Amino acid sequence: MTTTTTTKDTAPAVPEREPVLDARGVTMRFGGLTAVRDVNLTVNSGEIVGLIGPNGAGKTTFFNCLTGLYIPTEGEVRYKGNVLPPKSFKVTDAGIARTFQNIRLFSNMTVLENVLVGRHTRMKEGLWSALLRLPGFKKAEAEAETRALELLEFIGLKHKADHLAKNLPYGEQRKLEIARALASDPGLILLDEPTAGMNPQETRAAEELIFAIRDMGVAVLVIEHDMRFIFNLCDRVAVLVQGEKLLEGDSQTVQSDERVIAAYLGEPFEGAPGEEEVAEVEAAEAAAEEATAEATAEEATGTDADPEPSDADEATDAATDSTETAAEDTPKAPGSGKENDA
Amino acid sequence: MTTTSENTTAPAAPEPTPAKATGLLPLPLTTARALILGGGALTVVSCFLSWTWTAAFPGDLTVYGYPGGLQWQVLVTGLLTVLFSLSSYGVKGTRWLTPAGADAALKFSALASFATAWYTIVAISVQLGGPINLEPGGAVVGVATLLTLIGTLALPFERPELHPVDPEDDSWSQFRHKAANGWQTFKASFAAGQARTLRPLPSAVEILIITGILATGLGIFTYGIGTEYDELFIGFLITAGLGFAALTKSGLIQQATQLTAKHQNLTIAGAFIAAALFPFTQTDDQYATIGVYILIFATVALGLNIVVGLAGLLDLGYVAFLGVGAYAAALVSGAPTSPLGIHLPFWAAVLVGAGASLIFGVLIGAPTLRLRGDYLAIVTLGFGEIFRITMMNTDGTSGPDITNGSNGIASIPNLNIFGFDFGMEHSIAGFTIGRFANYFFLMLLIMAVVVLVFRRSGNSRIGRAWVAIREDETAALAMGINGFRVKLIAFALGASLAGVAGTVQAHVTYTVTPEQYLFAGPIPPNSAFLLAAVVLGGMGTMSGPLVGAALLFLIPNKLQFMGDYQLLAFGLALILLMRFRPEGIIANRRNQLEFHENAEAPATLAKAGA
Repeated sequence: MTTTTTTKDTAPAVPEREPVLDARGVTMRFGGLTAVRDVNLTVNSGEIVGLIGPNGAGKTTFFNCLTGLYIPTEGEVRYKGNVLPPKSFKVTDAGIARTFQNIRLFSNMTVLENVLVGRHTRMKEGLWSALLRLPGFKKAEAEAETRALELLEFIGLKHKADHLAKNLPYGEQRKLEIARALASDPGLILLDEPTAGMNPQETRAAEELIFAIRDMGVAVLVIEHDMRFIFNLCDRVAVLVQGEKLLEGDSQTVQSDERVIAAYLGEPFEGAPGEEEVAEVEAAEAAAEEATAEATAEEATGTDADPEPSDADEATDAATDSTETAAEDTPKAPGSGKENDA
Repeated sequence: MTTTSENTTAPAAPEPTPAKATGLLPLPLTTARALILGGGALTVVSCFLSWTWTAAFPGDLTVYGYPGGLQWQVLVTGLLTVLFSLSSYGVKGTRWLTPAGADAALKFSALASFATAWYTIVAISVQLGGPINLEPGGAVVGVATLLTLIGTLALPFERPELHPVDPEDDSWSQFRHKAANGWQTFKASFAAGQARTLRPLPSAVEILIITGILATGLGIFTYGIGTEYDELFIGFLITAGLGFAALTKSGLIQQATQLTAKHQNLTIAGAFIAAALFPFTQTDDQYATIGVYILIFATVALGLNIVVGLAGLLDLGYVAFLGVGAYAAALVSGAPTSPLGIHLPFWAAVLVGAGASLIFGVLIGAPTLRLRGDYLAIVTLGFGEIFRITMMNTDGTSGPDITNGSNGIASIPNLNIFGFDFGMEHSIAGFTIGRFANYFFLMLLIMAVVVLVFRRSGNSRIGRAWVAIREDETAALAMGINGFRVKLIAFALGASLAGVAGTVQAHVTYTVTPEQYLFAGPIPPNSAFLLAAVVLGGMGTMSGPLVGAALLFLIPNKLQFMGDYQLLAFGLALILLMRFRPEGIIANRRNQLEFHENAEAPATLAKAGA
């Protein structure tokens, strides 16, 4: 399977979808450090796109470029054909909503109020309207509340509308953040690690929720570390490594790409650790144990140390090193999914 | 009807812990209850006796058969104790008094009468030179309140789970541990249960109850403002504070809150009517003066509450906006010392004052509101001082002649609206309404406007945006809120409300001088006191700053003898309050949950740490 099967091939396959988000050559430099270099990414309507990459790959920086928190040093981001404004509140107004990697709810507001705040850009009543209770005011408030309650029903939190946001359980706080983002009627929603810290059941529920959001006609761009989640969910996955886009394609392509594996796991020890290597390592370990046993025995008897024991020591070191790396790598293999660490 | 349901539940409650439920003092329960009722009744009776032989102690406590001065306060607390005691016996018709259980309420009411009575006894002894000056009545009330207190302390309560002392600790740690356990037990002995929810009444009855509550409030406030000597005011503070605690523990306050929350608009309207009735309870203008100053202070504090409480912008120079409004109104008031020499009608003066404050608010806000947090506090602090010093220096020698420097603009004429001269006494329905009472009504009107602005703006799109920005500015921006714009609106709105209050203040005080607008000083309003009124009363609430401002104005005003120690006492009170009730005297639902997390513990915090 070749790695060149990227947007060029997939784009014509679904011609009726038009691009919602179009990032071209986005580069972000902080002084001498280039956090994101020349990244292109398109998200089409009705699509769920995943963005993965090891820690520090620049995913969140790229995200912040898309949401107006940062202005890209080079390149431009277009939303439905228009270049994004450089302020985050204007971006939301344009139609891109987001959630945060660390939950950032308004913790001392009620659940309903949180969603109503999310509705801010779609309401136009200003201070005078509020003070004088102009005719449009009540109507707008009632509409906003209806919409907010609809969204709460959608995520299954309607019965908790009057609770304080901070008193919700963790999983529900995540959901509420999504509802708050949806309240601005976005065309694209950016989810920053929506399942971080969730248990497997909650993760599955989140998956269902994101599919439901897609079915509402909202395009989704999601950053996530949980590979199983990403590959189940996404139509396309882009891999970001050291600020550059390594690859983009469907789950299968990305999952089996050697460069992705290398980026996540490091260069393998003389290729993938197969059975032969394992056998070798075991043999080396056994030999090393014998050698050390001999060496200590010899030291105890007080005879001159010959060169053999020191060689054996080196062998032991090498052997343990290789086993350690093998042990570290195996659970992280892509596709096996990162187990929940919460 | 209700008693039957309680009788079934009441015996069920103590069953799980029959051995544990003992009082702090080892007395049989029946004895304790009898002691409380007897002691309470004796306290009430003793208030009709003579407590001292001479009228030299203020309030004339020498009369038999009629209570006077401090005796009235002891009488009220004694009656409260008797009523709660009857309720604890389950006497029909008194059950409604203690919806959250009588025992904790009894402890506080007994403490209230004990503290007030013994304060009186000690004050008599100290002032007249020894306890020899007490008449038998004084001894009787002392013994009666003490017996009542002993009785209440013997009432059983649910003991908390204590951690056993580690015998291997050194003696100091053991002592500390025991002290902590003792304190916990002591605290638990005053704990009260949750109040029953009020059963729905016909709305006419509910409105009647609210009227009663408001009338009581007006009565208490009028009594407090009218206390004529220091002892009476201190007694009032003790009685009112502990009495309020007793009512809270009995659950009545909780039920009253439910009721007023249900009829919120009605309660607010009623409160304004009650406040408007205040001048009619007075025979002269003496206390209406205090009333109008409290109203100015409270109005400005409420305006500051929009800025600080809702939008979370710390403004340390807020009094300067009051000053801008006052100076603007003084300049156009036609005062002889005003260099402008023009006389605008009041409505125009209000517009000028509000407009000037608005302009200054925007000028200060526009460059600084882009920054976060502390920078704004520093800039506003600076602005407050710059304003005062500028007014000081524009006296014709250091600068242009605008404000007469430290002499200020004097002899500001009284307002005259539609021929109604605020400087004259008027007779309304047989009551004489003096100059300050006139301004009291005007200020009440302005406060009503501010209350309206606060409520309507707080409960709208823009109010939610303010709170969102206070909570998390980054997230608020990501929700599409134009943070700078919204913050500037809050800042400018707060400034112009203070400016409106300033225009009236200029007329009330006759003179505006720079020294009225300090950052911190003994006389409110100044920036520090304004902020303290907001924080003490409860940030983000409507009634909080009003209560806070009333207390902060009355206490220094009434306790003249504290003099130089006033600021020290104020600081101590502030520290204590922040330690024990950080959400302020009147807490809104949000803050109560924010500061006392144990009450409704989120069971998921550990999980969120991942």
